[in-house]
Amino acid sequence: MPKVTMRVNGRAVSGEVEGRTLLVQFLREGQGLTGTHVGCDTSQCGACTVHVNGAQVKSCTVFALDVDGAEVTTIEGMANPDGTLGRIQQAFQDHHGLQCGFCTPGMVMAAAALLAENPKPTEAEVRHHLEGNICRCTGYHNIVKAVLAASGQDVSAIAAE
Amino acid sequence: MYAFDFVRPKTVADAVKALQAEDAQALGGGQTLIPTLKQRLAQPSVLVSLTGIDEMKGVCRDGDVLVIGGGTLHATVAREARAHYPALAALAGNIGDPAVRNRGTIGGSLANNDPSACYPSAALASGATIVTNSRKIAADDYFQGMFTTALEPGEIITSVRLPIPQKAAYVKFEQPASRFALVGVFVAKYAGGVRVAVTGASNNGVFRWTEAEAALSANFSAGAVKGLKATAADLIADLHGTAAYRAHLIGVLTARAVAAAG
Repeated sequence: MPKVTMRVNGRAVSGEVEGRTLLVQFLREGQGLTGTHVGCDTSQCGACTVHVNGAQVKSCTVFALDVDGAEVTTIEGMANPDGTLGRIQQAFQDHHGLQCGFCTPGMVMAAAALLAENPKPTEAEVRHHLEGNICRCTGYHNIVKAVLAASGQDVSAIAAE
Repeated sequence: MYAFDFVRPKTVADAVKALQAEDAQALGGGQTLIPTLKQRLAQPSVLVSLTGIDEMKGVCRDGDVLVIGGGTLHATVAREARAHYPALAALAGNIGDPAVRNRGTIGGSLANNDPSACYPSAALASGATIVTNSRKIAADDYFQGMFTTALEPGEIITSVRLPIPQKAAYVKFEQPASRFALVGVFVAKYAGGVRVAVTGASNNGVFRWTEAEAALSANFSAGAVKGLKATAADLIADLHGTAAYRAHLIGVLTARAVAAAG
């Protein structure tokens, strides 16, 4: 079987995969990084969102061999070096940006990509950016609030719902 | 998915060679092909990924023409075409969602020719030239019906040459679940006249609305298309909208695109 090599969360990893092995399978089953979730497996829900060379992608719709040599970041790479929650993760906790939590890894990765490109997004920009991430609990209000809070903006005027 | 071999050549020449294998299939960004493979609707022997071919990536200007490599991501077009062809950049920046835009490519979209995709309307309205590894194809000859193009098996879109219009805009009415265009209209005004291309609406795929083109070439204003009905095309009727509804949307969105083009 062909071999794939990449850096995942700063660590060089490699493994044998099939041509049809998806990036999300390589991460979850090959590397044990089960924080990246498979929600729909049809590239609609965004729960499997990870970063490849800094760009967010749906890892259920990318072949592992197609990102050979890439730098990949998953939700496991979002915590601070001391193990405490990263800024965006903490904001999701503080603002109740998750209910069942299934979509949360994808939401955090999508939010991180947005804030890297646009450090102070408007609410409309956050909602537009999160179009490819579905929350089956429909908890969007607090997810958007958490992303705005993570950007350092004052969200005290936004009602909790 | 059925099993297949996977290759990722670094040059167009190597990709063309790899695609000569029996049942070989080119892979762009995979945002359509991978879901298709998961449903076992395709069974290639070998997937030839085009993502490693640097000579097929990038946006550059050649006089009055914007040249986009066939392997260029939607996200890249959204960023890099803005200064040259803002309507095209806006179209690219609203395809799917951010993750899709970071994988999907212009060449992949045009090769697939989904009847509801955005890019075919831009290529047709711009009178683009589709450049492949072996020839150049005018957009008017390239689109040949739903999921059908002039491409021969194994032929790769290496770049797309889009003449830059004086004014242009793309407006789509999104199907809310898929975010594909229920109807999308691209209007482009050139010195030689106006071109109007409609996506999402016809069973024959993207098409030019020639009556609107004539009216807008004489008078480039939203009012010029008032009362015009796009009746010639074989319009799609499905659970999202009747043919009459789509015909109505074509008129409304064309007027909006003209207004947006300014």
